[in-house]
Amino acid sequence: MKIAVCVSHVPDTATKIKIANSGKDIDPSGVTFIINPYDEYAVEEALKQKEALGGEVTVFSVGGDANKESIRKALAMGADKGVLIKSENELDSIGIAKALAVEIKNEGCELVFCGKQSVDYDDSIVGQLLSALLGYNCVSTVVGLKIEGNKITAEREIEGGREVIETQIPVVITTQKGLNEPRYASLKGIMGAKKKTIEEKSSANVESSTEVIKMRKPAPKQPGRIVGNDVSAVPELVKLLREEAKVI
Amino acid sequence: MSQYNGVDYFNIESLISYEEKMIRDTVREFVSIEIIPVIEKYYAEGKFPMGLISKMANLGLFGSNLPQKYGCVEMNNVAYGLVMQELERGDSGIRSFVSVQSALVMYPIFTFGSEEQKDFWLPLLAKGEKIGCFGLTEPDFGSNPSGLITKAEKVDGGYLLNGAKMWITNGSIADVAIIWAKLDGKIHGFIVEKNFKGFTAPEMKGKHSLRASITSELILDDVFVPETHLLPKSTGLKSALKCLNQARYGIAWGVMGAAMECYETALTYSKSRIQFNKPIAAFQMTQEKLVNILTEITKAQLLNLQLGRMKDNKTLKHTHVSLAKRNNCEKALEISHISREILGANGIINEYPIMRHSANLESVKTYEGTHEMHTLIVGEDITGFPAFE
Ligand SMILES: Cc1cc2nc3c(=O)[nH]c(=O)nc-3n(C[C@H](O)[C@H](O)[C@H](O)COP(=O)(O)OP(=O)(O)OC[C@H]3O[C@@H](n4cnc5c(N)ncnc54)[C@H](O)[C@@H]3O)c2cc1C
Repeated sequence: MKIAVCVSHVPDTATKIKIANSGKDIDPSGVTFIINPYDEYAVEEALKQKEALGGEVTVFSVGGDANKESIRKALAMGADKGVLIKSENELDSIGIAKALAVEIKNEGCELVFCGKQSVDYDDSIVGQLLSALLGYNCVSTVVGLKIEGNKITAEREIEGGREVIETQIPVVITTQKGLNEPRYASLKGIMGAKKKTIEEKSSANVESSTEVIKMRKPAPKQPGRIVGNDVSAVPELVKLLREEAKVI
Repeated sequence: MSQYNGVDYFNIESLISYEEKMIRDTVREFVSIEIIPVIEKYYAEGKFPMGLISKMANLGLFGSNLPQKYGCVEMNNVAYGLVMQELERGDSGIRSFVSVQSALVMYPIFTFGSEEQKDFWLPLLAKGEKIGCFGLTEPDFGSNPSGLITKAEKVDGGYLLNGAKMWITNGSIADVAIIWAKLDGKIHGFIVEKNFKGFTAPEMKGKHSLRASITSELILDDVFVPETHLLPKSTGLKSALKCLNQARYGIAWGVMGAAMECYETALTYSKSRIQFNKPIAAFQMTQEKLVNILTEITKAQLLNLQLGRMKDNKTLKHTHVSLAKRNNCEKALEISHISREILGANGIINEYPIMRHSANLESVKTYEGTHEMHTLIVGEDITGFPAFE
């Protein structure tokens, strides 16, 4: 089975983000970039499926040279080869999905894993767009997965519970925390990754459908208010929640 | 706790390769997840976390600079040093375990062993299926191992070993010991297996330092060691010292991991601890302490990197390693003391790692050649006068 994993290269969730002078992007100086945490579940699942079904895992990433770091991380974990789809401009989710669809089709992968969302733009949509573009089935936010022959049984998280879905390969699966425990890249894997290839492709023909007009930081959080600290405060609290906060 | 990103005031990161960085970060994460959350408990109980052995083996931490054909990672020496640095950020005892297994057991078998010995032992040791220890020091011979009295006698089919070793890391948990003994007055290395008759390894209790590491005596009472278990290429004390030199190289890097952890802890604490209505970090004396620490860490980082590059391009002399081991152990210990002061009373409690590191570093400054011995080694090198006796 040819398996694809899509990974994005995102600012470490612990870093403080500054907005660039252009006002349309973040200032990358001093920011540590990492493989998108949800994509680590995707890589792990791809590797587990490869171990069970045989085949080959190819890692795809859309972006600049820096993305090679995240591709290499996946290669060090055990993926077989990488494809960097170079984009000059920042692409939106549909642009990224289009760029991925072209190369995944070229490679002939029928089992595709993506993280359920990328923690930079948080659109949570690339996997679904990709499946539509490829004409594949799609199950999102997956926390359990079984593959028998062509049959896919996937458990997904829904509000307050879980849903079990059956579908067929070809399929795009987007992965959620809880699906598996991503392995460490072993040191042998890291040394071995040096010898694996990262092919470079261009996404020159791909365009975004949206444009970032302006970025700004969220307004600083207002300090909380303590209405009282015993039972006598409850009526006042209920009143405020109803009338001021309008949440009940 | 916020994520640990290392201490790098001089962008030394720009001097290491992508693989070196990735290896460092992988071990760093391993230490944050697998070692730091459990280490205080093991330290308090005086036990080695045995559950870590297979995890460290899977990661590839044993004999990691030895060839892949024995199941090792075959990384360069800078990466090996970074691994030691990260491990010792967790605990000197864990780093000691890996140093002994790698530099004092796998390295001598690799360097002085026969092909059969290498093929048999190295893969088992790399996988952590066998644990090793290194027995050189004796009750009456520490800094001058040349006087050691453990004796090997040639008998039919092998050797009979008699003697006692002391202060042996991993002794009681080891499956195999590299024992240095005198055969016809000349020192050789022997591979002694734990189930050989007459071999015992009682644990030494009561340590205030390296409590998460096992230290033992080794007693050899008419132990028969077959011919196949002599390390054929080990010739004299020089061979044992070559092993120590490997381990000392790792220590020079390792102790700076402990020092960085102490610094990070002290820096963070000083910014949040308010006295006289200010964070203590706002007082000049605290700042001086922090700057002194950072300066010594930065100097040692550059020293280590050059040490590693010289080891990789084979221009390293053992005296270089002595200088680095000597300096870095002393500075790391000082850094742990100053960091302890910055935390005031909190410095002595096990909610913070400083006192544990500080106590550990006392051992690290002494083992693998004391501070004084390394002074004499470098002293002889630059003056031409040996001043050992
Ligand atoms: C926790 C721990 C683990 C260890 N693990 C191992 C191990 O795995 N394998 C192993 O073989 N050994 C091990 N050792 C032993 C260690 O290497 C020795 O303790 C060390 O070599 C010092 O020997 P000593 O303790 O006998 O001190 P001594 O040699 O008695 O020295 C005592 C003091 O005298 C000083 N001194 C001695 N001679 C001179 C001189 N000529 N000039 C100036 N000063 C001098 C020393 O520097 C030191 O300060 C370990 C030790 C410890 C504490």
